[in-house]
Amino acid sequence: MDFGAGWVQYLFSGLTTGAIYALVAIGYNIIYNVTEVINFAQGEFVMLGGLMAVFFVGTLHFPIPAAFVCAVLTVSCVGLAMDRFVLSRARNKSVLSLIIITIAVSILLKGAAMFEWGKDPYTLPPFTQGEPITIFGAALQLQALWVLGIVALVVVLLSIFFHRSMYGKAMLACADNPRAARLSGIPVRQMVLLSFLLSAGIGAAAGAVITPISLMEYDRGALLGLKGFGAAALGGLGQFFGALAAGLFLGLAESFCAGYLSSGYKDAVALLLLLMVLFFKPEGLFGSREAAKLKRF
Amino acid sequence: MLTVKSVHTYYGNIHALKGVSLHVRPGEMVALIGANGAGKSTLVNTICGLIAPRKGSIELEGESIGGLTPEEIVRKGIALVPEGRQVFATLTVEANLQMGGFVNRRNKRQVEEDMEALLERFPILRQRSRQLAGTLSGGEQQMLAISRALMARPRLLVLDEPSMGLAPLIIREIFSIVQELRKEGKTILLIEQNAKAALQIADRGYVLETGKVVLQGEGVMLLEHREVQRAYLGRGAREIWEA
Repeated sequence: MDFGAGWVQYLFSGLTTGAIYALVAIGYNIIYNVTEVINFAQGEFVMLGGLMAVFFVGTLHFPIPAAFVCAVLTVSCVGLAMDRFVLSRARNKSVLSLIIITIAVSILLKGAAMFEWGKDPYTLPPFTQGEPITIFGAALQLQALWVLGIVALVVVLLSIFFHRSMYGKAMLACADNPRAARLSGIPVRQMVLLSFLLSAGIGAAAGAVITPISLMEYDRGALLGLKGFGAAALGGLGQFFGALAAGLFLGLAESFCAGYLSSGYKDAVALLLLLMVLFFKPEGLFGSREAAKLKRF
Repeated sequence: MLTVKSVHTYYGNIHALKGVSLHVRPGEMVALIGANGAGKSTLVNTICGLIAPRKGSIELEGESIGGLTPEEIVRKGIALVPEGRQVFATLTVEANLQMGGFVNRRNKRQVEEDMEALLERFPILRQRSRQLAGTLSGGEQQMLAISRALMARPRLLVLDEPSMGLAPLIIREIFSIVQELRKEGKTILLIEQNAKAALQIADRGYVLETGKVVLQGEGVMLLEHREVQRAYLGRGAREIWEA
């Protein structure tokens, strides 16, 4: 492989993984926007989404689209249950305690997945069969197009939801001032529930769509979650387009680092970026400093 | 309109309201005054459903609302302008108003019209409609908080300490807005530490002290009452060192 084809190939793989980081970051943002909680079980939602899709296709022999939808719905219910039966019981505790609870949930989900699926990685058939497209001598898998398409769709729909619809704005109002939101007649509990439902579903979609490319096993969640958090912080917590841009950037940085330096440092790139952001620009690249000042956490 | 009958409220073991009764008639402005810690905010929180009363009843037009959640009470028709304004700081002014109309969300047209009318009334809010509410000045935030409450089309508007933390000139402006609302026929319950300003514009007033109503009467008459003058306006009584 010559130098030219190399960088196109890195670009493709970077965009694909980057898109997944973006989806994970968006999942963080939704829950953060409503509750100011960073849900560290977000990575587990991705892992569960992938393994659930494997279960629906492999064990129940569903067609791929049905399996995708079922996986998203099942994991959404897991998210719902997590809020309804775990977090809501600690509703009056500080945001920090809630964050620690999400870490506990993530460990629990990971353990449950290990019991159910074992430690082996699983794969799925790609959503559309076909030869990879060759562009400038680099191969682009059709599944990568699915990944990018689903990310784009999610971002557009969510932006419309949060900036145009009453329910979307009400979710933001709950994050801003839950007490005032209740006094304006907004049912805060339902909004929080909705946020967990949405972000678990989005995480699951990411997991199901990436499994044909990069396989899925029980312990993938933690690293995906961490990198997704890096993207969320880099893009400015709560910013959807920021998360998208930062996710793609992170994916590209990783891919080029793996290609030109050493694949051993791949994971270090994301963490290094995360540390740099937290040290020097905690409101993120796209976060508004004004809004950051008005937030509590 | 609103009838509160011998309500007892507790914070844990603290007996904060010890049998408070009051009523507000339709179209009336009633002031509730009292010093810090008299139980004013507790009473507001009880009426708005943030704390449930342990004893007694709260009725809105004959319908019991004691023990309902704040969301339900807003839907029944009581809107609160909370103490310290509590606007949604990270949302735009426009979004703040829309959220005030959340209970009327089924009727989009009405929400739009109400918002338009309020922006017409407060041109400064129209000027700042795309700004984040947290960047507004205190007086502007208070106008926004009042407008947000009005967006719910309440039958009873409750204002908790609208003058708190504002400059005297701005306080006068806010009070004139409240007076205008009263003239338009809105029913208002005004909670204030600033006894003089509140009693001057109110039809009737109640004085709350350590969880009990100790005095009630017409606004101006209450203002001239010896006890009120002594306790809240610092007049008519000898200072301690004079005794």
